Amino acid sequence: MDGIHDLGGKAGHGPVVHPDDEPVFGSEWEKRVLPMFPAMAIAGAFNLDGFRSGMEQIPAAEYLTSRYYEHWMHSMVLHGTEAGIFDPEELERRTQHYLENPGEEVPKATKPELVEALKQLIPNGDDYRRDVEAEPKFRIGDTVRVRPEASTSHTRRASYVRGHVGEITHHHGAYVYPDSNASGLGEDPHHLYTVRFTAQELWGDEPGAVNSVMHIDLWEPYLTTP
Amino acid sequence: MTSTDDKIQPVAGLSRHSDAELAARAKAMESILVEKGIIGSDAIDYMSSVYENEVGPQIGAKVVAKAWTDPEFKARLLADATKACEELGFGGMQGEEMIALEDTESVHHMVVCTLCSCYPWPVLGLPPNWYKYPAYRSRAVRDPRGVMKEFGLDLPESVEVRVWDSSAELRYFVLPMRPEGTDGWTEEQLEALVTRDAMIGVGGVQSPGA
Repeated sequence: MDGIHDLGGKAGHGPVVHPDDEPVFGSEWEKRVLPMFPAMAIAGAFNLDGFRSGMEQIPAAEYLTSRYYEHWMHSMVLHGTEAGIFDPEELERRTQHYLENPGEEVPKATKPELVEALKQLIPNGDDYRRDVEAEPKFRIGDTVRVRPEASTSHTRRASYVRGHVGEITHHHGAYVYPDSNASGLGEDPHHLYTVRFTAQELWGDEPGAVNSVMHIDLWEPYLTTP
Repeated sequence: MTSTDDKIQPVAGLSRHSDAELAARAKAMESILVEKGIIGSDAIDYMSSVYENEVGPQIGAKVVAKAWTDPEFKARLLADATKACEELGFGGMQGEEMIALEDTESVHHMVVCTLCSCYPWPVLGLPPNWYKYPAYRSRAVRDPRGVMKEFGLDLPESVEVRVWDSSAELRYFVLPMRPEGTDGWTEEQLEALVTRDAMIGVGGVQSPGA
């Protein structure tokens, strides 16, 4: 989707504000939201690509001015509503309730099997690599052009490289294809490459990118011969 | 209540949420997820605690210090960072496949995710806010030298800058150069010099005398 999230190369976002003493979680509620990600994914509310796609549907102005875990909540509510987990009216009613009673804690209940699942998931992760029969179309050293077309759904074909010519530096094997997986159309794995672009190719004479190159990982359907 | 101020805003319905509102919304979500048996309070406490207290940039610092002191480990790290980190017991979620990028006198690496916030959790923990916010994500690929200067790193133009945009499920981190003045230092001493920012590539590692 050609949305506001596709930030590479955009101007006007100001300096990078980087406090040295930032805590891991900015507020207590952020600690509660983080684990909702694996819990809701395990419950089948979304996969990783669908979760990212959900964040891309935040209204553009809100995207730029809201906190990171707000983005997460937005996608969780979107997918959780579609999956029948959240009823928007009930969610709003409870939000108002907790807003009016800020000292009230959420009723507690344990789920030991989820703790056990997390003890496996955190140190082992998930696996997005897949075997495919198709041979890779491109080789290391090949010159490729990123397809320039607009996009109406989730993609990792970042706008700043579209239409530009780069060189394949790595071939990684085949991986779940986000464009398909995010839309619930299956994993449809494709070969994945790292492509290198010169700053000159992407930006021209940009003073902040003198003697610089940019690499980005791109799936085979994103690429064509120049 | 629709105030005049609301009526003249460029975007209808745009609201900035207070911390109290966000806390209330998170509680509302949690209460429903707990009731439906999708999450447990114990699971929430467990996962938050892991990333608050256990998994963070001190792990990446161990990997870097090991590579600085053990040339064979360094070779394995650069050949396959996932396997090399696994040797030390590190790996997992949001770092299923990791790639280490070696800085030299002539090349400096820097890592970003322009589309969201991909970051090597097993070695660096959860990303800082600036890594996830628009300024860094927009500028890292177009003004990497300007961004580095804001972090206090002014590289000569003769050093090539290589930016890596983490757009797939591969996770990148930087193996910075070992600083001068650390001959004979132990791994533990070296670990203390390695910062998160150096492993993202927006900073270097300070010499102990600097």
